[in-house]
Amino acid sequence: MSLTLEQVRRVAHLARIEVSDAEAEATLGHLNGIFTLIEAMQAVDTRGVEPMAHAQDLAQRLRPDCVTEENRRADFQAIAPETEAGLYLVPKVIE
Amino acid sequence: MKQWEVVIGIETHAQLATRSKIFSGSSIAFGAQPNVQANAVDIALPGVLPVLNKGAVECAIRFGLAVDGQIAPKSVFARKNYFYPDLPKGYQISQYELPVVLGGQVTIQMGQGDRLTEKTIKLTRAHLEEDAGKSLHEDFHGKTGIDLNRAGTPLLEIVTEPDMRSSTEAVAYARALHALVRWIGICDGNMQEGSFRCDANVSVRPLGQKELGTRREIKNLNSFRFMQQAIDYEVQWQIATIEDGGRIEQATVLFDPDSGETRAMRSKEDAHDYRYFPDPDLLPLIIDREWVELTRANMPELPLAKRDRFVSDYALSSYDAAALTASLDIADYFEAAIAFAGKASAKPCANWVTVDLAARLNKEGKEIGESPVSAQQLGGLVGRIVDNTISNNIAKKVFDVLWDGEYGSADEIIDKQGLRQITDSGAIESLIDSVLAANAAMVAEFRSGKEKAFNALVGQAMKATKGKANPQQVNELLRQKLGQE
Repeated sequence: MSLTLEQVRRVAHLARIEVSDAEAEATLGHLNGIFTLIEAMQAVDTRGVEPMAHAQDLAQRLRPDCVTEENRRADFQAIAPETEAGLYLVPKVIE
Repeated sequence: MKQWEVVIGIETHAQLATRSKIFSGSSIAFGAQPNVQANAVDIALPGVLPVLNKGAVECAIRFGLAVDGQIAPKSVFARKNYFYPDLPKGYQISQYELPVVLGGQVTIQMGQGDRLTEKTIKLTRAHLEEDAGKSLHEDFHGKTGIDLNRAGTPLLEIVTEPDMRSSTEAVAYARALHALVRWIGICDGNMQEGSFRCDANVSVRPLGQKELGTRREIKNLNSFRFMQQAIDYEVQWQIATIEDGGRIEQATVLFDPDSGETRAMRSKEDAHDYRYFPDPDLLPLIIDREWVELTRANMPELPLAKRDRFVSDYALSSYDAAALTASLDIADYFEAAIAFAGKASAKPCANWVTVDLAARLNKEGKEIGESPVSAQQLGGLVGRIVDNTISNNIAKKVFDVLWDGEYGSADEIIDKQGLRQITDSGAIESLIDSVLAANAAMVAEFRSGKEKAFNALVGQAMKATKGKANPQQVNELLRQKLGQE
């Protein structure tokens, strides 16, 4: 399978990445290259192989349910562009 | 006119009653100052990694056991991608293809007494995920304020099959689920604080049609009353739209409690393209049999089992048993009272817990766990009614005194205040004699056939005994006397 330029623009928009027409063309080439690779891999018979959710065959480590963090708001907000009354301020968003 | 069938499925977000967040060690206590419970993981600073909270997984296992679902030996966390300022990572960690709980069911009840009906609502799945932060849109000179305290709060999203056929069934399900998650201690159920939020997927179809109609999803119903109103409005809107020749477009809608109407949110073109994929930061969650069995051993008796046992063990009506199993706290209180008063006092104990105590708690805005009258104290009081030491009327007074907390037990109050019921019929007779002598006019009225006068005489006699005589005994003795003379 191969992608269309329109699909590349849509994916870029979903990821909020601005692409110029030239970049979209170049990206289309890169992505189609990756798809060729995937097609080659899909030729392998994987019957009886359990799909992996992670590259490592390990189980998730669990943390005991304890509060271990202290308030470091002042540190975090020192590097924020704008704050007020303890809140981070961002451009207005209304649904 | 065409007959319509309503089809409803419900998705619920239950905030899990853990101490810390699902992927970080920040507190999830409600009501903190903005952003003081948001650490580097919660605000998504570069380089941080999530570590799963065992307590949240434990809650999911408890839920799976309570609804008799399948607890997945292996489940996977996935990224749900979308951009919004209160979601700092640009994705929410959730579960998609392999959720932690599959299937299960919740039994709901509607009506009561002879018209009590039951129905089983099948669950599709329940999965673990993190909550987002909060956006505050008001009053920041044209900007939006972001509070990330809630970001990373553990949620269990519980999804039903489209099994409900009316707003009444939907509300019965939501109530049953609400009672269940509190019962098994995985969610505090506080709807005002957003700990239990429901979305209802509603569609209509001509009765008898097999295919489902197009659904609209009503978001964020945070009270049972609003849920009922919103679904009722939505159903009549959909039917009216179709009957007028229109079509239902799939949409997300919000309920406005002020107007009582639902309205579609501005549809976002990319709204449903979340591009889920397994989160590479998290390994699969493995739950072994041993953990499940250990959790099972620590589960409380479930509401329906307890209700049935109350009916069979204590010979209570299903109505009483249902009221007593509305919450685990009520059920435990009742059983502690019975342990004190004896099994034979089950029915009066049930009445005292569900009527007198419930009314007083309700009046003072208290939960049963905060009752100033302990289960042992109430059991002691009921015991004295059952053994005829005091009448029910006197018991109400003793209850009020117990509530005030000055005395330790009903017995102490009965002794100190001399409330013991007068059962010596000689003493009552002599009191009645003097009442009859003092109320000759009433006696004459009674004799001329006015039954009302008799009641007045009983009242006078009870007054003379300061309420300490058994009213039935006074009644009988008075009849005898009036008949004899």
